[in-house]
Amino acid sequence: MSGSATIQDTEEEIIEEFALFDSWDDKYEYIIDLGKKLEVLDEQYKTDNNRVRGCQSTVWLAAFYKDSNITYKADSDAIIVKGLISMLIRVLSGHTPDEILDAKLGFIQTIGMTSHLAQTRSNGLLSMVRQMKNYALAFKAKTQN
Amino acid sequence: MITAEKSISVLDVEAIRKQFPILNRKVKGKPLIYLDNAATSQKPQVVLDALMEYYTGYNANIHRGIHTLAEEATAAFEATRDAVRNFIGASAREEIIFTKGTTESINLVSSTWGRANINTGDEIIISAMEHHSNIVPWQILCEEKGGILKVIPVNDEGEFSLEDFSSLISDRTKLVSIVHVSNALGTINPVKEMIKLAHRAGAVVFVDGAQSSVHLDINVQDLNCDFFGFSGHKVYGPTGVGVLYGKKHILEAMPVFMGGGEMIREVSFEKTTYNDLPYKFEAGTPNIADVVAFKAALDFVNGIGKDKIAGHEDALLAYATGQLQQIEGLTVIGRAVHKAGVLSFIIKGVHPQDMGIILDNNGIAVRTGHHCAQPLMTCYNIPGTIRASFAVYNTFSEIDMLVAGIKKAIRLLL
Repeated sequence: MSGSATIQDTEEEIIEEFALFDSWDDKYEYIIDLGKKLEVLDEQYKTDNNRVRGCQSTVWLAAFYKDSNITYKADSDAIIVKGLISMLIRVLSGHTPDEILDAKLGFIQTIGMTSHLAQTRSNGLLSMVRQMKNYALAFKAKTQN
Repeated sequence: MITAEKSISVLDVEAIRKQFPILNRKVKGKPLIYLDNAATSQKPQVVLDALMEYYTGYNANIHRGIHTLAEEATAAFEATRDAVRNFIGASAREEIIFTKGTTESINLVSSTWGRANINTGDEIIISAMEHHSNIVPWQILCEEKGGILKVIPVNDEGEFSLEDFSSLISDRTKLVSIVHVSNALGTINPVKEMIKLAHRAGAVVFVDGAQSSVHLDINVQDLNCDFFGFSGHKVYGPTGVGVLYGKKHILEAMPVFMGGGEMIREVSFEKTTYNDLPYKFEAGTPNIADVVAFKAALDFVNGIGKDKIAGHEDALLAYATGQLQQIEGLTVIGRAVHKAGVLSFIIKGVHPQDMGIILDNNGIAVRTGHHCAQPLMTCYNIPGTIRASFAVYNTFSEIDMLVAGIKKAIRLLL
């Protein structure tokens, strides 16, 4: 177990926060706000290797491994995507590769953001989650060697 | 400018809206405002009924069966061919080939006419505002046959000049494939003049009518194009039905596309002979139900009158352009003198995807992104646009709602 809150705990927190909103506009206003507040990703990490390709927006995702835990940092040219990443980072950052690989991330569905996971080219949440898990897998393989 | 009142007097939009059941639905709790018609139009009840009647009344495979159902299905299928012939003013029904859409129509020509006629050093001219479907098939052909793809540049207004086009024509020009109305900008291109110029050089011309077929009155004989392709689903018809028009003598000389089914006359292991036009290009069991129902869509359009529909859509476009241009930071992309049905724009500091998501939360369906015209977006140095596109059932108050939605989104996003 890493840190004080588990991935599940943070998911529950987000679900509770979203329960306060009664309109889609309110939900998105909150996500936009998260996007605006996301910690800046240093320009040096905005490389082609760190790029998660979606059809419409560009996402950069970097992962750092320290003391058995992974920390993610990211940026996007679209603010809602940035807000969604911000939530993913809040949930997954600071956990071990195994914990990240096991994460079900059910909160996305519970808070009504499933449409962003759809297999369309218009948004990259699915590829972001996949990329975050790929990093976890890579770090796990590295530490086992 | 045409006022809302004047337009309504020529078209009873409320009565038309009642024929489209989907327009009653809500999206995220808000009444649907559908402004993504350039991607696909909604379907009137008569089209839905035609589909249901086909499957409940006379579903059968066509052309071969001698039983009653097969005869009825064949008659209905072929009646659509006649309706399409009338719709685009072709001289003969044999010139109408059913495909699954404009993309397949283009690929049919590039795979058959193209392979037979394009050789090393031959040139194909397209424009910088083509849809990927009118770029990639020609690239594949050029790669395979050693052809050269030339591109007419587009200016800031979203137009190209006949001079630029003329300067690209050479004695090696074999084909010109050009979009009639741009899906990303709405520009109406001067295809008739281009066809004259191309013919003078001995080239054949394919007109991509995916957008124009629903907004403009089409007469392929008057245009004198050699090929014309369009999709049923953008003309209030079902998905999966497209049309390839080709001049009879060109289609007759073309090699076949796919083998099997209706396209054969006699088969032996030594030699197969092919069927006559149009069946020569319609291998396998076609999309019978959707082709049958497509006639109901064409009847629907003819019933209102294309001139009245165009008048209404032009008024919507003019009104929307005027209203949107008043929004601070908004730039219209594509300011051609002649436009139809499409309004593309960007807003300073706002990513198109974010705008699309907020508008969707308000029940407003627009398209955001590069509209399958990435080279064009590169010309403008933008990742994409927000595009509102209009149909016969859209109203002026829907445009007011769009304006309100955009303003609200800007407040949230900036």
